[in-house]
Amino acid sequence: MFEATDQTRRKQRQESAIKYLLTTMTVIIVLPLLLIIFYLFYKAAPILSLEFLLENPIHGMRSGGIWAPLLGTIYLVLISLLIATPVGIFAAIYLNEYSRESWMTRVINLAVVNLAGVPSIVHALFGLGAFVLFAGIGRSILAASLTLAIMTLPVIIASTKEALAAVPHSFREACWNVGATRWQTIRNVVLPNSISGILTGVILQVSRAAGETAPVMFTGAVFFKAIQTGDPFAYGLLDQCMALSMHLFTISTQVPDVPDALTYGTAVVLLGVVLLFNALAILLRIKLRGKKKW
Amino acid sequence: MSDLAYSIVTRDLSLWYGEFQALRSVSFKARNGLITALIGPSGCGKTTLLRCFNRVNERYGNVTTTGEIRLLGKNIYDEDVSLIELRKSVGMVFQRPNPLPLTVYENIVFGLHIHSPARLNASALDEAVEQALTDVGLWMDLKDKQKSKATSLSLDQQQKLCIARLLPLKPEIILMDEPCSALDVEATRQVEELMLELAGRYTIIIVTHNMAQAKRVSHECAFMLMGELIEHSRTEDLFIRPLDKRTAEYIEGRFG
Ligand SMILES: Nc1ncnc2c1ncn2[C@@H]1O[C@H](COP(=O)(O)OP(=O)(O)OP(=O)(O)O)[C@@H](O)[C@H]1O
Ligand SMILES: [Mg+2]
Repeated sequence: MFEATDQTRRKQRQESAIKYLLTTMTVIIVLPLLLIIFYLFYKAAPILSLEFLLENPIHGMRSGGIWAPLLGTIYLVLISLLIATPVGIFAAIYLNEYSRESWMTRVINLAVVNLAGVPSIVHALFGLGAFVLFAGIGRSILAASLTLAIMTLPVIIASTKEALAAVPHSFREACWNVGATRWQTIRNVVLPNSISGILTGVILQVSRAAGETAPVMFTGAVFFKAIQTGDPFAYGLLDQCMALSMHLFTISTQVPDVPDALTYGTAVVLLGVVLLFNALAILLRIKLRGKKKW
Repeated sequence: MSDLAYSIVTRDLSLWYGEFQALRSVSFKARNGLITALIGPSGCGKTTLLRCFNRVNERYGNVTTTGEIRLLGKNIYDEDVSLIELRKSVGMVFQRPNPLPLTVYENIVFGLHIHSPARLNASALDEAVEQALTDVGLWMDLKDKQKSKATSLSLDQQQKLCIARLLPLKPEIILMDEPCSALDVEATRQVEELMLELAGRYTIIIVTHNMAQAKRVSHECAFMLMGELIEHSRTEDLFIRPLDKRTAEYIEGRFG
């Protein structure tokens, strides 16, 4: 009784083969990631220091630090998210909680999905046309942030809608039936139970906003601009700025004889900025999840 | 408790979901302070009719309603009716217990918080919670568990909690949509007992697929079929001498 037949043995072999295949695939994904990070740090090691962060590039960007582009990127990411996050979340709340099925909302939903797939260079061109030229803001941090906001908005709306839709319908029913208004329902029950998902969606957009070159290059970032070191308010909203993504592009392709460490150091800092924003969002998420009622 | 004979009266109530007519000219009356059971095969519109009584159907998409609904003598489609006040007076219990993902305590005071702009006095809240839990027979079991998650309770405790959370709002009418279908025999018995205790203080409408339950708990019984109200009478009469052939067929289990 219970002996393995030929068929069960074949199934067992298949089972272990599949397991090895899946494990290998996972390693294949993780390995390059670790390699990239290791390689970046290895190449950047000679230059990484506090001074590197806090000094402007000098000697035609062949030495010195990356203060100006670092601060620029922080400004761009922060301002674009300050614009895109509330607008995106409120739009998603409207679409998911208030709007009724109609051709209008169907068109809007379709537009959101399709806008999320528009290449960034197209957004760049739109930003140049709409904000820099038409609205007359000029090439500036504001125009670039608005462009990044427009670029990240559709994805934030889509991911927020998904997070809202994941909240069980029965929670809403429970609220309606004690006489809660829609907004009370959203504030007391829907948002607290979807905030993790919403913030995850927003986090993913940080790296997009920080990493894109074209949208900021067209609308507000410059090749070189020295700013007051040590002053976190060295940029004004209507100033042009440097940005890490563009700086990386410049020193690795446009300027001859840049030491390797400088290029890789810039890449490491760009990565650091993204991780920093992610960490902030994760902290916020933990804090908000702690209190389910607000 | 008002002294009208009927707390719910509908006249020629019809309802459409988009093009689909879910209720056909329903004229229904529920006696004040009694338990009325709604029976009928799946999809005949029992839930829909219940949701008319606190106008919560309007939250479920494209709904058109015609006819008249009077609760406690008041036409609930009158201009001056506030949906918030209406839903406060007409509570609802669902098929699957749906406590909010909060603590037991917070679940019960949720309604009070929703309806009062100012911060509520803590001792008054404690009292309301104790009263509500006592009313549904949960106080002994839960008085030390008020700070634990409502979703971690057993299903029957969750269902009783869902009833308890309506009580602090002092409702007139409690609507129950198959409240026992997720519960086992013993829990069902307890909830039925609870309903009989609550009757008198509240008008209760219960939807059920369980004929025996309808017989046990209801004073009056209404049979629906394909959006129509076929027959409505005292429960004994309906089960012993149904007037309509279709009612007889249904309660004998020949369809549905
Ligand atoms: N939100 C809705 N949109 C469209 N149609 C609906 C909606 N809710 C219910 N219906 C339809 O209306 C009819 C009546 O539904 P209802 O839920 O009232 O039936 P029920 O008697 O409660 O059935 P059950 O015993 O299965 O709960 C069904 O045919 C159903 O498909
Ligand atoms: Mg139903």
